[in-house]
Amino acid sequence: MSPVGGMQKTEGRDMLDDSAPLVKVENLKMHFPIYRGILSRRAGEVKAVDGISFEIMEGETLGLVGESGCGKSTVGRALLRLYDITEGSIEVNGHDVSTIEGEELRKLRPEMQMIFQDPQASLNPRMTVGSIIAEPLDEHTELSKSGKRAKVGELMDAVGLARHFADRYPHEFSGGQRQRIGIARALALNPKFIVCDEPIAALDVSIQAQVVNLLEDLQAQMGLTYLFISHDLSMIRHLATRVAVMYLGRIVELAPRDALYDAPLHPYTEALLSAVPHPDPSQEATRERIILKGDVPSPSNPPKGCNFCTRCPKVMDICRSEEPKWRNFGDGHFAACHLLD
Amino acid sequence: MTDTTLNEGKGRTLWGDVWDQYKTHKGALIGTGVFLFILFAVFLGPYIYDVDPQYLNIREKNQGPSLSHLLGTDQLGRDMLAQVLHGGRVSLAVGVIAMFISLLVGTLVGLLAGYFKKLDGPLMRLTDLFLALPLLPLLLVIIMLFRDTLRGMFGPETGIFILIVFIIGATSWMHTARIVRGDVLAQKEREFVLAAKSIGTPDRRVILRHILPNVLSPIMVSATLGVANAIITESALSFLGLGFPSDFPTWGRLLFDGANYMSLTPARVVWPGLAISLTVLSVNFIGDGLRDALDPRIRGR
Repeated sequence: MSPVGGMQKTEGRDMLDDSAPLVKVENLKMHFPIYRGILSRRAGEVKAVDGISFEIMEGETLGLVGESGCGKSTVGRALLRLYDITEGSIEVNGHDVSTIEGEELRKLRPEMQMIFQDPQASLNPRMTVGSIIAEPLDEHTELSKSGKRAKVGELMDAVGLARHFADRYPHEFSGGQRQRIGIARALALNPKFIVCDEPIAALDVSIQAQVVNLLEDLQAQMGLTYLFISHDLSMIRHLATRVAVMYLGRIVELAPRDALYDAPLHPYTEALLSAVPHPDPSQEATRERIILKGDVPSPSNPPKGCNFCTRCPKVMDICRSEEPKWRNFGDGHFAACHLLD
Repeated sequence: MTDTTLNEGKGRTLWGDVWDQYKTHKGALIGTGVFLFILFAVFLGPYIYDVDPQYLNIREKNQGPSLSHLLGTDQLGRDMLAQVLHGGRVSLAVGVIAMFISLLVGTLVGLLAGYFKKLDGPLMRLTDLFLALPLLPLLLVIIMLFRDTLRGMFGPETGIFILIVFIIGATSWMHTARIVRGDVLAQKEREFVLAAKSIGTPDRRVILRHILPNVLSPIMVSATLGVANAIITESALSFLGLGFPSDFPTWGRLLFDGANYMSLTPARVVWPGLAISLTVLSVNFIGDGLRDALDPRIRGR
């Protein structure tokens, strides 16, 4: 397996710059109701995702980073319509998927797939690997039994699993192999867009590189588009073409990878990046960590004004009263912060 | 990547694997043996030991085991072994069929209530309602209402058989439903169900392919307990005079009839009791073995 070089990806992005976005999200809101009391009255809502907008170009990888509980996974699941979204619109490959239901939505499923965080939990322990990978084929194709078997074999080859593993059960595999099974399942229907929901977080470091390289190879071969959700900043730097930083249900900054890592605009991004250790010991010694104080506020009761105002080291009076606007600072670098006004 | 085991044969089938695992469970093997023995004895035995269980011989009443009556006789001089063998047919049939009915209803209600949030409230309140009903008065009413119509339609014995099987099934599904619902609630939050939804698997296939196989263990357990329960409920009904006619032997009937003569001929209680216990025990072991064999995580360990 050879990792795909950064050069190739940059070229790809330039080439695709003018094309229409594959995924277009506008003002997406996902609120989960909270019920309380004997009568189960609606007592409020958890604003897991509170009005975010972004686009993903064909063939690129959008990295989505943020703390635990900031709504990253909810964004991924909402994009695939695993939830009924509260507000906003989602367009995937020219189809508006935000409001469709039932059979109509089912028909669009092959275009968008998901790779899950926990490879153990995302595979049915009572199904063989072969039938797990064949499930999408059962649902969406009319292939014969031998046709399915051949396709499963091809998929297993593509993700680097031996074909004779098809008759085994998930518990007989290691974490990395299980994640490959999950990847093979996601690829079965030749999707255009894949949401990778922290696919490497549950794997140990030596396996992470294998899986990431596999994802990169597959992207190069099949022209896939990824939404890569992670809290591993260095992995995002390696993989993503653009990066979105989320905090408490909102995107605070969205920029091409290099711009974001070299010159972050939002204080939250600065704080996140300052937590990444540097491989060079001399630079690591001088690294200044910005340590955020306090906890993330509850998403059911976010602070007034800027969501980050309770923990921001550079907080101003205006931050506590007015919501900062989402603005373009040139070259596709977006941020929402009063400091930048 | 390492290939840890390359020495695998080609012909690995699911049921082959299940049988391989089942074989390693000693209790299950013994249970299967005992159960098969009981089945053979009950269904083929009467052809070999062809004594009429209804034949009265007052002169030989209340005898202990002897060569002419291997298990002795009852207070009317009827042969006990013949009665136990004949009674077993009905008892086993009632136990197994009633268990299937209650399992079917219970699993269906549990799956629907656990999976579809809208059905959860109504179905579980219905379950509570059934649990709260006093069982025996209900049985009395149902039997009073339907006995004669069914007897007229299917003949006295088949009619009462259908009625009893149906009644026992219809009044014992609630525990299964509750257990299944609880397990479904846990299973449906697991990621592989979400994965199936992201693939576009419709609800009915998510239930059948992903949820049902994963709630099989509690279903198995309640099935094995259900057989025992059904046999005993049938005995209670027969005892109350609501079950099969009094000259129609079942294990429960024999047990209750014998209870009056326990001090005189204790063997009359021991034999049907032993038959019930052995059946229940062997079914329990079979269920235990099956549950292990059907779980791929335990299999091959």
